[in-house]
Amino acid sequence: MLHIVNKSPYERNSLESCLRLASKGSAVLLIEDGVYGATKGGSFEGKVLAAMADVKVYALAPDLSARGMADRVLDGVSVVDYGGFVDLVAEHTNCQSWL
Amino acid sequence: MPMVDIAGKTVEVDEEGYLVNLADWNKDVADYLAKEEKVDMSENHWEVVNFLREYYDEYQIAPAIRVLTKAIAKKLGPDKGNNKYLYELFPYGPAKQACKIAGLPKPTGCI
Amino acid sequence: MSDEMDMEEGGVIKKFMFVNRKAPYGTIYALEGLEVVLISAAFEQDVSMAFIDDGVYELKKGQDTKELGQKNFSPTYRALEGYDIEKLYVERESMEARGLTEDDLLVDVIVMDRAELAAKLDEQDVLISF
Repeated sequence: MLHIVNKSPYERNSLESCLRLASKGSAVLLIEDGVYGATKGGSFEGKVLAAMADVKVYALAPDLSARGMADRVLDGVSVVDYGGFVDLVAEHTNCQSWL
Repeated sequence: MPMVDIAGKTVEVDEEGYLVNLADWNKDVADYLAKEEKVDMSENHWEVVNFLREYYDEYQIAPAIRVLTKAIAKKLGPDKGNNKYLYELFPYGPAKQACKIAGLPKPTGCI
Repeated sequence: MSDEMDMEEGGVIKKFMFVNRKAPYGTIYALEGLEVVLISAAFEQDVSMAFIDDGVYELKKGQDTKELGQKNFSPTYRALEGYDIEKLYVERESMEARGLTEDDLLVDVIVMDRAELAAKLDEQDVLISF
């Protein structure tokens, strides 16, 4: 299953809910303000790093660049472009957007 | 939005005559827009227009008149950075007219 | 009463603070807020801006929106000085919670602790929130 989060973890609890309910082996794609969840040094970092033991985390490159965050992505997060976004959707049988 | 033909190129302008796409701007377009504003472009006019384009390039906005005047005074000296000089060049408002000719959007804070 | 008298003689100067709490691009708040701030400069009031919570992200250096297809409005924060808007307050706790330091910000700001900023908010005549 693919989970998509587009809200900043510092503003909404979307990412928190997503990580709580994502089962082992799922993919979590962070887009728009959601990409802040994939960045280093913040107080949410620990939660994402811990979650990465069970889920694979992706972040959308154009959204990282727009926010000046492309150079501080957490180790272990895969950065994908729009093509990669499409591939992720195609690869998974279902998808939940945590709006 | 209205389209106008300028020197063989079709460009889009808004209902007030401002260029819609900054990238459409060139010297011919500026000359056309100046003619529409009934401004006869001299070297001094170009100096202000070029200044505005540089300002936009750096800050991504068209400056309010007060800010433009101050910035011109800083760069080109007080002889040019004052309302009298700029209104002589652009009688219907330097920020508004010069921005239009420079292909920029209407200045933010223009009231 | 005295306020009205002053108005007639050229206006009372009030303290306006624009409170920015949203990240750029994900919503329109940051850009709209910035435009209102620029317009407010025409009224020659005592204007300041506070960057709290995700609002701190508005000031992050190195924004590049080419692939996103939205306008990069971050350079406009550097124009504020020319509009005589020089009081840009950043809440330290918000900045640090996001792993950012003052060096990560694209303009000179005044970093304040939560208590200091709370006092600044109290001082204002008008607060406008984005």
